[in-house]
Amino acid sequence: MSNTYEFDHKQDIAWCPGCGNFGILAALKMALRELEKDPQQVVLTSGIGQAAKTPQYLNAHYFNGLHGRAIPPAMAIKASNPGLTVIAESGDGDTYGEGGNHFIHGIRRNADITNIVHNNMIYGLTKGQASPTTAEGMKTAIHIRGTFEEPFNPIAVAVALDASFVARTNIGDLKQTKEILKQAVMHRGYALVDVFQPCVVFNKLNTYAWFKEHTYTLPEDYDPTDRQAAFAKSIEEEKFPLGVIYKREDKPIFEECLGVYDANRDPLYTRYHNREKIVEVLDRYKGE
Amino acid sequence: MVKNKTFAEDVSIVFGGEAGQGIATIEQMCATILHKEGFHTFSVSEYMSRVRGGSNSTEIRVSNGKKNAFVERIDILFPLDCAVSGHLAGRISSDTLIIADETQSGKCAEAREVVRVPFLETAEASGGKIYLNVVMAGFVLALFEVSDSAADDFLKNKFGRKGEEVVKQNMEAVRKGWALGEKMRKEQGLQIVLERRDQEKSTVLLNGEMAISIGAVAGGCDFIASYPMSPSTGVFNGIAELSRDFDIAVEQAEDEIAAINMGLGAWYAGARAIISTSGGGFALMAEAVSLAGMIESPMVLHIAQRPGPATGLPTQTEQGDLNFVLHAGHGEFPRVILAPGTIEDGVVLTQRAFDLADKFQVPVFVLTDQFYMDMHLGAQSDMMPIEKYQKYFVETDEQYLRYKYTSDGLSPRGIPGFGKGFVCVDSDEHEENGHITESHETRVQMVDKRMARLEMIREEAILAELVGPQDFSTLIVGWGSTYGVMREAFEAVEKPGTAFLHIKQVYPLGADVLEYVGRASRVVVVENNITGQFADLLTKETGRKVDDRIVQYDGTPFSVEKLTEEFENLG
Repeated sequence: MSNTYEFDHKQDIAWCPGCGNFGILAALKMALRELEKDPQQVVLTSGIGQAAKTPQYLNAHYFNGLHGRAIPPAMAIKASNPGLTVIAESGDGDTYGEGGNHFIHGIRRNADITNIVHNNMIYGLTKGQASPTTAEGMKTAIHIRGTFEEPFNPIAVAVALDASFVARTNIGDLKQTKEILKQAVMHRGYALVDVFQPCVVFNKLNTYAWFKEHTYTLPEDYDPTDRQAAFAKSIEEEKFPLGVIYKREDKPIFEECLGVYDANRDPLYTRYHNREKIVEVLDRYKGE
Repeated sequence: MVKNKTFAEDVSIVFGGEAGQGIATIEQMCATILHKEGFHTFSVSEYMSRVRGGSNSTEIRVSNGKKNAFVERIDILFPLDCAVSGHLAGRISSDTLIIADETQSGKCAEAREVVRVPFLETAEASGGKIYLNVVMAGFVLALFEVSDSAADDFLKNKFGRKGEEVVKQNMEAVRKGWALGEKMRKEQGLQIVLERRDQEKSTVLLNGEMAISIGAVAGGCDFIASYPMSPSTGVFNGIAELSRDFDIAVEQAEDEIAAINMGLGAWYAGARAIISTSGGGFALMAEAVSLAGMIESPMVLHIAQRPGPATGLPTQTEQGDLNFVLHAGHGEFPRVILAPGTIEDGVVLTQRAFDLADKFQVPVFVLTDQFYMDMHLGAQSDMMPIEKYQKYFVETDEQYLRYKYTSDGLSPRGIPGFGKGFVCVDSDEHEENGHITESHETRVQMVDKRMARLEMIREEAILAELVGPQDFSTLIVGWGSTYGVMREAFEAVEKPGTAFLHIKQVYPLGADVLEYVGRASRVVVVENNITGQFADLLTKETGRKVDDRIVQYDGTPFSVEKLTEEFENLG
């Protein structure tokens, strides 16, 4: 078993030099290695966009689907084979915009998956339009008078939905990102990790320096199980808190509630319905 | 007074009333019990899109000649409310016997003679108005000379969960209704003397919903994610019900987009998924159908058609989404469309849908409609064998490539966690290993590989069913849910040199269909839409021009009367 997550050939990586995605890829590979996760048991799902290309660049299984739709297949994969470690990974536009409904209901469903969101507060691949998390007032080719909407606050939404694990990191701190990713993967239930990441080409505001200046790490005595405190933290705007903001361990888990794993843990692909039992069901509808 | 009326060949009994009055229970009860007693029974309901009120009806047709279709004719009408006789006005003739409660008959059908029966009073005496439906059902059972205890088992099953008292009260209500019917049969000579056959009892009485649901489970379905939408919801309910007996993951998705993307995730991980939806819901799934095409994922989709565009007539019937299902999803990729006509077809074709989807790694559609979903009919077990199913995924090795070029054009499908390889699927154009490419050379190879499966599927096409002489000159062609009505009308007109062809695999069409239409001097296509979507497809697939189109698009199914007249007029 090779658990390096590295390919034995050189990859043609489609990211711009200096992109924050490189750091997230490195942190994820490190986290999975340190957790000694067998790549044969790791599946990444993603949507569309530059962040969504991440699964291409580490040696594991992946399902690179449609824009905004990383979360539904991730939940179904986990539900079909709970032995797999499933990570849904995409950008802010993909997850919070196009896939907003799945983000909300994925949190409610609470499948045991990790959801990594590369949050660069801009649309990169379509060349610089506003994303749901773009700062108010930013001018773009479309928003020629500047955006006017309140940026989407994924942390507050997740806490409001009583998500079972809510964290935010800044890729400027690789080690911290890696540590939080490890916690998220190990967490049983849905785990959101919103990763601040600069787009070095299209976002001139939210740079490495800006993120450093506008974030701080939660103190060690911060209690992530206190939901009221988590709400307070989630709406801080001057400086965004980094770390595990909210955590709840006792939520029912989607795949465990389906009934198919009550009697055994075997993945669905190993099972066959009993033919005689189907005939028996049909016979219930007989007249005699 | 009825004055000696006897039905000896075929009787159409219609119950009409508001939503919430329990008409569905009457239908279920009468159909189940009459079937149990050996009568050949067909029933179908039509209803409005509301929870309470409106005007709904159900037709229970019992016959000696195995009539399996909707007739406009109403022999006996039981109005549960006043509005219904207006709603059904076009179907009430001077031969229609209206049997109504005393308190409502005056308002219900002015200027018509109505036979009055104290249904409401009897219901009240049984415990309340709520028992009106079972009182009426008991009445009908008596007309068939079925015993007053015939409904007991049905009521125990139906109401057992609500407690013994409820079951007991229902039994009493049925007996009281039965006594009223018995009185009318004996004193006024209203008689239904139809054949009882043991072989009817050995058939399996199912509606379209359960036929598709059981077919899915027989096909190995172990995952369903869907979003409720009439008239497709019955299959979602049916499979959920079957998940009591079988290992099936059932999830109500937040929307149709999530539903199908979950389905694709499930297939990717080795499960066998189905989604059930109707036109509007399916519209939201189009992008994911295209994804199934690109990642060469199996997928089974049940689409129950209803009249569109947009919300249309939510609870009524049409075959108007064939073109949409045929073309949904951007880009070019193969797909399969199956359309059951009989209950047996529903079980057999849905089973087959899973096999085709898995074997050829394509989306397979089972296309039904509201009429098919809601019809109850006896099906022969020997005509719907439950096959042992095969799963086609392979154990991967270290060199595994998900999109490997092979001599037969099919890339073996691996699943994550089974074997030593990596299973990488991508909605972008990809190399053999699943990784993104923008190479034009790879593009052509991959498009060719994906499309090659269409001809492989065509070669294994499910045969069409020919009814009538082999040496026909006129060929009347239908597809999907019109089977029963077309067959009855076809057999009624007895035109020499004419045959009826029922298409079960609508796309791609098999060589047999090409051959049949090739030697017909006249081709007539019957379908429940305005433009003749299948007629156009037939021409596109076979090159044969369609001479006549018989279409209907008012939201109702074809009736035997209408098609008989149309076939007579073919000259």
